[in-house]
Amino acid sequence: MDERAKKRSVVPFGPQHPVLPEPIHLDLVLEDEKVVDVIPSIGFIHRGLEELVNRRDYNQYVYIAERTCGICSFGHGLGYVEAVEKLMNVEIPVRAKYLRTIWGELARIHSHMLWAGLMADAFGFENLFYQCWRLREKNLDLVEMTTGGRLIYSVNKVGGVLRDITPDMQKAILNNLSEIEVELKDIYRTFTTDYSILERTRGVGVLTKEQVHDLGACGPYARASGVNRDIRQLGYEAYGDLDFEPVISNDGDNFARCDVRLREVFQSIDLIRQAIAKMPAETDLAVPVKGNPDGEALVRIEQPRGEAVYYVEGNGTKFLNRFRLRTPTFANIPAMCETMKGCNYADIPLLVVTIDPCISCTER
Amino acid sequence: MGEKFTPKQTLRVIEKDGLLREVMVMKSRNMRLSQACASYKDGRYELSYSFADDETMDYETLRVNVGLAERVPSIHNFYSCASFYENEMRELFGVKIELIEPDYRNKLYRIKAETPFLPEDAKAEQKKEEEEICLSDADADLDKAQKAEDRKQAEKEAALEKAAAEKKAKIDSEMAARKEAK
Repeated sequence: MDERAKKRSVVPFGPQHPVLPEPIHLDLVLEDEKVVDVIPSIGFIHRGLEELVNRRDYNQYVYIAERTCGICSFGHGLGYVEAVEKLMNVEIPVRAKYLRTIWGELARIHSHMLWAGLMADAFGFENLFYQCWRLREKNLDLVEMTTGGRLIYSVNKVGGVLRDITPDMQKAILNNLSEIEVELKDIYRTFTTDYSILERTRGVGVLTKEQVHDLGACGPYARASGVNRDIRQLGYEAYGDLDFEPVISNDGDNFARCDVRLREVFQSIDLIRQAIAKMPAETDLAVPVKGNPDGEALVRIEQPRGEAVYYVEGNGTKFLNRFRLRTPTFANIPAMCETMKGCNYADIPLLVVTIDPCISCTER
Repeated sequence: MGEKFTPKQTLRVIEKDGLLREVMVMKSRNMRLSQACASYKDGRYELSYSFADDETMDYETLRVNVGLAERVPSIHNFYSCASFYENEMRELFGVKIELIEPDYRNKLYRIKAETPFLPEDAKAEQKKEEEEICLSDADADLDKAQKAEDRKQAEKEAALEKAAAEKKAKIDSEMAARKEAK
């Protein structure tokens, strides 16, 4: 055994840790304070939701798909119904597409503001944490007003949506978003100029563009390394009618990840404004769906944390044969482990938080 | 207006023996491994490896159908993140993937149930198929050992015959020499 290997020690991180909102376990192999290897393990909240698709009919499963996670709930419901609609060749009303887009962007704002608060908490900036979550509350009020729920929206169904956003609600959304935008500018300025934040984030946990490709990372985590990829560019739902470019940064460090996510909140506000302005005044929110799904379909959507892949396989009955969900956090864990190698032990909590881990989704 | 894409989405069913070759082609085309997953269907596994082209947004899936006890090669040499998906396929479905690196040895998912996504009857079938493979391997080993033993015996006999012939030739030559001397 070589001399360096003799000095190695293994320090467990999680599943219970102050910075972790959800359980993930990492075995950190250290040489003094430097991390040389990371062995992840998950499964502490594995529920086998994918298996339930054999026991609930494809319409009921929308609500189970949404309950995969409390933060990305809308996205999971959307991905699932899109996959089933693709399988059954269902074309939903245009207004329903715009409504889904608006809710999808409200979910993104909620998720990013939650993450910003957790990030501020992780580097000990309590006041910033309060401010981020205060803004998140304003966004949740909009969600509650339009869907009746705060985290679980339950507005998607195979063939369309269950609720409408009335003109009064649209006005309230626009007013509230203007307020959020003003306050967000202060938060963004603090995140990008505060000395203590820059000290903890600049140059830490650098991931190059090539590493992103090799390790299969996605979402804001990949865009912070200069990868110009956003699945919304595929133009699903109403995104094809909206004007936007992926938000990217080239530094690939913790700071770039903060920067990209906060700029994406501004982008989401802009997308909601565009969607409300362009939304057609139809009355139909859904089309009737007949028959049972048969065959297989795969769709990709851009969740707040990145590319999520939904695969469904029908067998001509009301029960699907297989539902597969590849979550963005699952794809980002190998890259996260790679960025940790060579970093100090003290940086590990921030490196975990910067992938915006959603373990509930990952374990399904 | 932002950039618009009209991506192609394709699915190709390939043979297990061609998996590594096809994955190498994907790598050479600079495709990103987007996901890999297993599915149990009609007594077999369906393994799907999906690759994304981030320039054109095209999406290609390779499908491999394998038996329950069949060994599948790992693709981690081409895509290092593949091992994460492969460990998942092995732990949740029991797919026999060989030489995964890093191999989390059934510890990626900290769950009590073993291969929870594989139905109970399929687990029994998998065990049976594995035993058959083990037995046929053992038979093959036995045959190999028997053949080696036979070859060794034949070589030994040939060596003895050769030594006896040499001895006889020596005695004959000595006898001939003595006769000549007389």
